[in-house]
Amino acid sequence: MAKKDVISIRDFSKKEIEDMLKLAEKIDSMAEEKRLKLLAGKKLATLFFEPSTRTRLSFESAMQGLGGSVIGFADANTSSTQKGESLKDTVRTVEKYCDVIAMRHSLEGAARAAAESVSIPVINGGDGANQHPTQTFLDMYTILKLKKKIDGLVIGFAGDLKFGRTVHSLALALSHFNVKLYFISPDSLKMPQEFLDEIKERGTNYIETENLAETIPELDILYATRIQKERFYDLAEYERVRGFYRINKKLMESAKPELKVMHPLPRIDEIDYELDNTPYAVYFEQLANGIPVRQALLCRVLGVL
Amino acid sequence: MAEEKVVKMAVTALKEGTVIDHVPAGQVFKVVDVMNLYEYKKALRIGMYLDSKTYGKKDILKIEDRYLTQDEANMIALIAPNATINIIKDWKVAKKIQVSVPDVVTGLRCGNPRCITRYDKIKTVFSVLDKKTLKVRCHYCEHVFGKEEVI
Repeated sequence: MAKKDVISIRDFSKKEIEDMLKLAEKIDSMAEEKRLKLLAGKKLATLFFEPSTRTRLSFESAMQGLGGSVIGFADANTSSTQKGESLKDTVRTVEKYCDVIAMRHSLEGAARAAAESVSIPVINGGDGANQHPTQTFLDMYTILKLKKKIDGLVIGFAGDLKFGRTVHSLALALSHFNVKLYFISPDSLKMPQEFLDEIKERGTNYIETENLAETIPELDILYATRIQKERFYDLAEYERVRGFYRINKKLMESAKPELKVMHPLPRIDEIDYELDNTPYAVYFEQLANGIPVRQALLCRVLGVL
Repeated sequence: MAEEKVVKMAVTALKEGTVIDHVPAGQVFKVVDVMNLYEYKKALRIGMYLDSKTYGKKDILKIEDRYLTQDEANMIALIAPNATINIIKDWKVAKKIQVSVPDVVTGLRCGNPRCITRYDKIKTVFSVLDKKTLKVRCHYCEHVFGKEEVI
């Protein structure tokens, strides 16, 4: 039976991840005319209590591309939350207006709490520093599309590995497969031990390092992330670690020619613009993959396909 | 038997209620906290740092007119995995409850200040990842905590 919700990558087995990626591929290659009928008459509510550009627009575009329609808000200040309404009451209200909810919230666990309060499906578009499963599915889809496989790859994560939820979720998803992982970060932004333990339990090999330049030649995929200012309590610490690494053409001199550089975006200064037009840069292609992947997730939770 | 005598002298007996014995020394107020007994308007009898043959020192809690359920006993298991829980009726032990660390615990406070359970009225749920080290994961924010962080 299909899952009602998409809350955390931890809820998905290897087979379920693979099935979802296959479905995304199917939708990606489907004729537009056919695709537009899949969710005709269905409504998606996008509840973005925390700002987002890519995820929200991607959900909305995905839904419209399936023939469905979209309602919602992009800012908690324009919702009843501002009046003190609980999350539970907000989603119970919205449930009456739509068939599926996609939401982002700054508090961790918010999407799970929302999903338990309503009977329609809820898709987590990010809950604080916790999970961002749709990003994980699109990252996995991007890797599969570029490399035609996941098993056997060497994948490096660079940047904010402590607060970066995309890194946590993707590393967990990849640990279902036979991959080698490098975690490259300053000491204060290391991958949390609980994730390392979980990855290790699944038998995945990983190496932690601060040296990106030395690691580059090993990698098939480099997954770069932004040092997120909004996750720091101590801005002095943020100033110390921002600009820890910079990915540019010079750094790529020692890379495998087929290395691909991914980034969940937005970037600040971790990837030079000069890299954008090289074969290494795939972050805009990665972004575009958000559409078929979110379409697959919407279809799956609504019991279509 | 010497131990029993000391206990009886230190903390008077109950006619009706629950005795939670062999709480680790100094931890009894955590039991009071987890069971939300601060608002309990009946007698609580508390003994701390009493001599124990088995554990050296121990705490004890006697709750008048309240009978613990198995679920409540399991909550205590995180704080006092070796606790002995006796239900007392008419001065006698009417039932013994075995404490065992459950797969899921509820009602503890999540140690993550950014967890939704700290803001909305949501009953917390933790899955126990390791019954020996008592590592738990919050069902909502998915953070992993040692028992000292949630108790």
